[in-house]
Amino acid sequence: MTKILYFAWVREKVGKAEETLALPANVTTVAELVAWLVARGPEYAEAFAKPEIVRAAIDKSHVKISASVRGAREIAFFPPVSGG
Amino acid sequence: MGVRVQTADFDLSREVKQLIGGRTDVGAIVTFTGTVRDEAKGQPITAMALEHYPGMTEAELERVEADARQRWPLQATLIIHRYGELKPGDNIVLVVTASAHRQAAFEAAEFLMDYLKTRAPFWKKETPAEGESHWVDARESDDAAAERWKS
Repeated sequence: MTKILYFAWVREKVGKAEETLALPANVTTVAELVAWLVARGPEYAEAFAKPEIVRAAIDKSHVKISASVRGAREIAFFPPVSGG
Repeated sequence: MGVRVQTADFDLSREVKQLIGGRTDVGAIVTFTGTVRDEAKGQPITAMALEHYPGMTEAELERVEADARQRWPLQATLIIHRYGELKPGDNIVLVVTASAHRQAAFEAAEFLMDYLKTRAPFWKKETPAEGESHWVDARESDDAAAERWKS
């Protein structure tokens, strides 16, 4: 099981802050995870409508969309950061 | 050395005093305070909410701080970033750097802010005086500011 977290407008569009999912074996990268989520429902499709904008982190470190999700405990999706 | 993520306000002079203590080897202390502006793109705003990713925020700020300490001979550093509901004029972020000489302290403070803005997982939502609240887009100028330290 993998914990998936959503922040800011990604969270608002998905409609939840987090969920725990069993990822299928054919989901090996962040990009494949996004495609799998989008197929789960319109709220995901809307959150990832512009997938190039959404950023990802695995176990609290920034990753690229090509990163492997194997062994990940926690995967987060969020807009580009705007702190400071 | 220190990173804090909190809802509470901070007091600049108290933080500096606590960080430097009675040290006499410090020759330069630079502080940067970021505050909430009362307008965005010409529109008045009445409130700002800051969301963050607990755990990752602290980890990223510590990584940014460690990078700075590798690049410059710093004697002390402090980053405090607030989250939650803020109003125009409120403090958002405090960066303090201390070094024997000013150049390192100035440069490191700028580096910490530039990197923090592009790496620390914070998101701002502004409430305008009229209309619905909206998420603040990341700025390309912030990416460019962080990029210049790579050369």
